[in-house]
Amino acid sequence: MSTVTLPVTPAPRPTPQRRTITVRPTRSDRVFVLGARAAALLTLLVMGLIGTFLLIGALPALRSQGWGFLTEHEWLPEADKFGIAALLWGTILIGVFALIVAIPVSLGAALFISEYAPRSLKKSLITLVDLMAAVPAVIYAIWALFFLQAHLLTVAQWLSVHLSWLPFMTVKVPDSPSSYTSSAFIAGMAVGVVVLPTMTSVMREVFSQAPVGEREGAIALGATRWGMIRAVVLPFGRAGIIGGIMLGLGRALGETIVVYALISPMFDFTTHPFESGTNAIAAHIASRYSESSGVALAGLLGAGLVLFGFTLVINTLAGIIVSRSRSGASTEI
Amino acid sequence: MSVLAPSPSSSPAPAAAAPLPKPPPERVRIGGADRDLVTHLLYAGLGALALTWLAYDRLLPVSGTIGFWLTCYGTFIVMLAAISATTLDRMAVIDRVVGVLVTTAGLALVSALAGIVIFTAVRGKGALGHLNFFTETTAYIGPDAPLDQGGIFAAIIGTLEQVALSLLFSVPLGIATAVYLSEVRGRLARLVRIVVEAMTAVPTIVAGLFIYSLAIIQLGWDRSGLAASLALSVSMIPVVTTTAEVVLRLVPNGLREASLALGTTQWQTVRRVVLPTARPGLVTAVLLGVARVIGETSPVLLVAGSTNELNYDPTHGPQLSLPLFVFTGMRQPLDVAIARAFGAAVVLLALVVVFFALARIIGGREPGHLSGRQRRRLAAGARAVTQNSAQGENP
Repeated sequence: MSTVTLPVTPAPRPTPQRRTITVRPTRSDRVFVLGARAAALLTLLVMGLIGTFLLIGALPALRSQGWGFLTEHEWLPEADKFGIAALLWGTILIGVFALIVAIPVSLGAALFISEYAPRSLKKSLITLVDLMAAVPAVIYAIWALFFLQAHLLTVAQWLSVHLSWLPFMTVKVPDSPSSYTSSAFIAGMAVGVVVLPTMTSVMREVFSQAPVGEREGAIALGATRWGMIRAVVLPFGRAGIIGGIMLGLGRALGETIVVYALISPMFDFTTHPFESGTNAIAAHIASRYSESSGVALAGLLGAGLVLFGFTLVINTLAGIIVSRSRSGASTEI
Repeated sequence: MSVLAPSPSSSPAPAAAAPLPKPPPERVRIGGADRDLVTHLLYAGLGALALTWLAYDRLLPVSGTIGFWLTCYGTFIVMLAAISATTLDRMAVIDRVVGVLVTTAGLALVSALAGIVIFTAVRGKGALGHLNFFTETTAYIGPDAPLDQGGIFAAIIGTLEQVALSLLFSVPLGIATAVYLSEVRGRLARLVRIVVEAMTAVPTIVAGLFIYSLAIIQLGWDRSGLAASLALSVSMIPVVTTTAEVVLRLVPNGLREASLALGTTQWQTVRRVVLPTARPGLVTAVLLGVARVIGETSPVLLVAGSTNELNYDPTHGPQLSLPLFVFTGMRQPLDVAIARAFGAAVVLLALVVVFFALARIIGGREPGHLSGRQRRRLAAGARAVTQNSAQGENP
């Protein structure tokens, strides 16, 4: 390279002044940002209003019953004696039965879709699960009422008769199939089918994110497919499994129509889940709102508030657990 | 382990010896159905079926169809494990049994959905066969009138109006919130995201109860379609917001930066670049929201009131809708009412499937995908611009 002498201009340059950069949004931008912020605030407001209105509406009932609202099992607003203890117990019982059927099936189905299904089937299976989650609850309800219940009666009867050494499994008239209708067991099984797709899709998503390197490592070390799943997929997806189960529980607790269609309401603690008669908060609200006014209605709003709080806590926890597992923080590799 | 055994090719063969024709190496099959597995499954299946058929009702104290198949399945698993153990080691047997169990769970899920759809369709066939089912109402017929009278017209109108109204409330709000979350990203974004996430979990009955106490008790409204659509919006907003936010985040950042580098304002970037790029995804968000709320029963049950009459006016008086029709029909002790409920359930299911499929088809496109018409319109616009500039230069 030849050197080129540049003409030197020794004119002293003024030392550059620091420019202050200011962002002056145009008017359209200001309107846009304000509008978007207003929408976000409105969404926040709706959520806040739900809680506030339920609380305000429930105050008369809470004031008249005090802590009794949580411990009383009867629902006799005329006698000024009502509480949600039995309802809460029934709700949880149905949720537990739902989980008993939904956990193994959703875990297996999620593993099947993410690990076992042929590649050509995978996409349509995922769509199918999403579609199943979109099927309205009232369709599940009509199916459960006219199909599932009829077929589950013999199973309920068999379980009850053969496990009768467990005190809570018995019913009053074991020979009559009608003793087994409208029970917490039947409602729980139906709700289990309803929450199945939600749980499956959460678990499947987490399983499919198990790292490929570790999977291949396990296979290369001679692991069988199940060995690989046990050593890599399940530990990686542990948080997803827990989160999925909790999301399913949240949905199960809030399920209204299926439970309302199946159960025959009862205001005592369900001690025999295979026997006809149980109750749940959501179903109770749906069945009583039209004939309630005054303090009874306030009681229903209070029950709704408790349900709201319950599902909110469960789902927020589940959301935190699942999002943490997505970020990969639960793996120590 | 067989892997460690020296393969024949590496064994020190005398080089001088005449090259023996090598035995063709055994092909290792990768994937596909294992013949052993198929025969074992078949044997175990036949054996279990035979044994259960023989023993059931005689030796076991069980009865009923479900009991039969459960017993059969249990026997099948045990037999499969036993047969597999004759040729395989423990690990492989466990692998095989788990594989069968997992596949069963997958099949159970699929067959549950198929069972629900088929059962509803079969029971609904009776009502769907009559044309009047779609054009008449059940208002002026007796409760036990035959299926060739009355229908779900009022319910269809109610559902359409309520869903349309709730779209009107929740789509602008949902998409604007999503834009706030992904484009404006203010200080509130984290809080809003958490709250929206929590909102998806609010039981629909609580949403209904909220509108009931707000609109009907506090504001003294009638039970009406409008109140129902408000309750539906509460469930719809979070669905639209979360889906739309995911879609907006998929818009490549390069597009935003390119637009801003051309000197546009943020609003112009969002309006001209981000939203059009994400359009198919946004349509998907809306359709998923519709599929979610079109079948919601519990909020509608609380605030829409009950009627059998046709009511076009969503702002006054009770209004019927499809889920409500199904729910009230199925609780009546009359065969015709139940048949109508099943017919309405089929219609509802079909609507959900249509919206869901549309959402999939539209959402399956790439972001920024243009339809033929959009491309032609763009081309025409570009032609017009070049012609104008050409004319501008000539004189």
